[in-house]
Amino acid sequence: MPTETRIIFQHIDEPGYTNDLACYVRHGGYEVLRQAVTRKPADLIEEVKKSGLRGRGGAGFPCGVKWGLVDRKSGKPIYLIVNADESEPGTFKDRYIIHQDPHQLLEGTIISCFANNVKQAYIYIRGEMPHGARILERAIAEARAANLVGPNILGTGYSCEIYVHRGAGAYICGEETGLIESLEGKRANPRIKPPYFPAVLGLYQCPTIVNNVETLCHVKHIIQRGGEAYAKIGTPGNTGTRVFCVSGHVQRPGYYEFPCGSITLGQLLHEVCGGPLPGRKFKAVIPGGSSAKVLKFGERFKGKRKVGAELVDYDWGVEDVPMDFDSLAMIGSMGGSGGVIVMDDSVNMVEALANINAFYSHESCGQCTPCREGSLWMKKITTRMVHGQARAEDAALLKSVADQIPGRTICAFGEACSWPTQSFMAKFGDEFRAYPETKQAPRPAAAPTLI
Amino acid sequence: MNLQPATLQRIDEVITHYPEKRSATLPLLHLIQEDLGYLPEDTETWVAEKLGLQPINVYEVVTFYPMFRRQPIGRRHIKVCRTLSCALLGGYKTCETFEREFNVKAGQTSADGEVTVEFVECLASCGTAPVVLINDDLHVKVDCAKAKQLSDQIKRDAAARR
Ligand SMILES: Cc1cc2nc3c(=O)[nH]c(=O)nc-3n(C[C@H](O)[C@H](O)[C@H](O)COP(=O)(O)O)c2cc1C
Ligand code: SF4
Ligand code: FES
Repeated sequence: MPTETRIIFQHIDEPGYTNDLACYVRHGGYEVLRQAVTRKPADLIEEVKKSGLRGRGGAGFPCGVKWGLVDRKSGKPIYLIVNADESEPGTFKDRYIIHQDPHQLLEGTIISCFANNVKQAYIYIRGEMPHGARILERAIAEARAANLVGPNILGTGYSCEIYVHRGAGAYICGEETGLIESLEGKRANPRIKPPYFPAVLGLYQCPTIVNNVETLCHVKHIIQRGGEAYAKIGTPGNTGTRVFCVSGHVQRPGYYEFPCGSITLGQLLHEVCGGPLPGRKFKAVIPGGSSAKVLKFGERFKGKRKVGAELVDYDWGVEDVPMDFDSLAMIGSMGGSGGVIVMDDSVNMVEALANINAFYSHESCGQCTPCREGSLWMKKITTRMVHGQARAEDAALLKSVADQIPGRTICAFGEACSWPTQSFMAKFGDEFRAYPETKQAPRPAAAPTLI
Repeated sequence: MNLQPATLQRIDEVITHYPEKRSATLPLLHLIQEDLGYLPEDTETWVAEKLGLQPINVYEVVTFYPMFRRQPIGRRHIKVCRTLSCALLGGYKTCETFEREFNVKAGQTSADGEVTVEFVECLASCGTAPVVLINDDLHVKVDCAKAKQLSDQIKRDAAARR
């Protein structure tokens, strides 16, 4: 079985490891911050650029590049927001960092603030994690008492405040500009980009960095090891480790940390997660959070890919795909937030899609007509299919609705809500077209209710 | 509005966390809801006055976020995750168990005011599906048997209070 490389999750579930400052310091905590504040901020940004770190929140955007885009000439304060909204279905890694190792997140955050000359940071945590919010608040208070947060940190003359800000149950607050609106005390309606790129016009119209919880934890380890050394973990372009969150129909669901691209999806699901439940077979897997395009066991992906300087042919089944950003993008899906959702042969794909569509139609913020109406209609159509009221034209109508959303909305939710329908229909088209008939067939005994 | 002194103190403190007062809208609504159990009718005017806003600014926030409620609910708020990973492992059955045990439909409050059962979207604990949040506490791997146990516990607590 492939062995994990735990960097971010090193202490998660470790017996005796507690989430207080004393324990963190006993394990070498805040040593990296102590060294970081003796260096030039620009050097730290350079290390992060060299590391090749890509954001772990969903888009996989290079962190160093993002920091490089920050407007430093405007004279306005620069803000940093920790995106702890963790609401992409299938994703549950940030929860464990927050609950079990909050000081790791704080150390990464303070280093990132120092590197970017940020004096005020906010941790935006989803409303459904009240204990997580309290743990973070206590951790900040401990860090403040130890002069690691607040005025004149470690006697350097550098000051930085961190506050926790709780959301209230809306998924769209995970989208960075929706999050910013929410933090300003408004509805979380995402902003139009351009002009509202957070790096230039973010919180209070000031330059703002938004990074995911896991991303900021990586920053600590990058500064500790050096950007170049960190970049040797994983594969070129897909550096560092990644926490995969596996859920659904596997023997051992949970979180597993591996260097990016070091294992295949098949190894992850069969060897690490113990394979399918007894008597069942894998049918489909969503590899990067519920909006990532679904993969069908049995389908093959062919093409050419770059290995070093060479172009080589690849011919992969689903099990052969290396778990990294680029490989998953190459086969038409994405690494996204790292949430891997597995479905076995007991699952009816129309029902699974109806479940996903119910989520997106509930969570659309409603600003853009294609998203608001489209997500609702995708839900209505798939739900009536499940309830045996499908109309002859429904499969075609469903596809037509999904195809008209992407590219026509303010934020990437438009893509996120249409990709499931597009990919489910492309890969399991028979189940959709034949739905009026298959509905008559008896459901497998193990089939879960999904809608 | 009849808020406890501790709540008022925390409200004044949290406003200082932001360079613009309006940012304190969500924190204030959370604090009021924690104190009173819901957001009564005068919430909008009260918060607006506190933060120098118009009541409509607060109203549009209250109505946007699913966690804010304008009506009282049961003593226990049972939120069952409805989303895919939980549903794959029986989340719908879990919800049905609570519905049956307390004789309510999802979205309703039991006649004795003890519980409100609700379906919610992904709670970010999909690896321990199906999951249920009861007030602030997350319960993992809540199959029908465990849902029954949790229901029995709630009923026992309620009986002990009477
Ligand atoms: C609809 C939508 C929901 C999102 N939800 C989250 C989320 O819950 N957590 C998160 O970190 N990023 C989320 N993102 C991505 C953020 O917009 C943003 O890209 C990310 O926080 C940047 O951090 P990173 O570069 O460190 O990944 C979401 C994006 C979209 C379009
Ligand atoms: S795409 Fe959807 S979620 Fe995004 S701004 Fe438009 S309506 Fe809102
Ligand atoms: S799907 Fe239920 S916690 Fe994520």
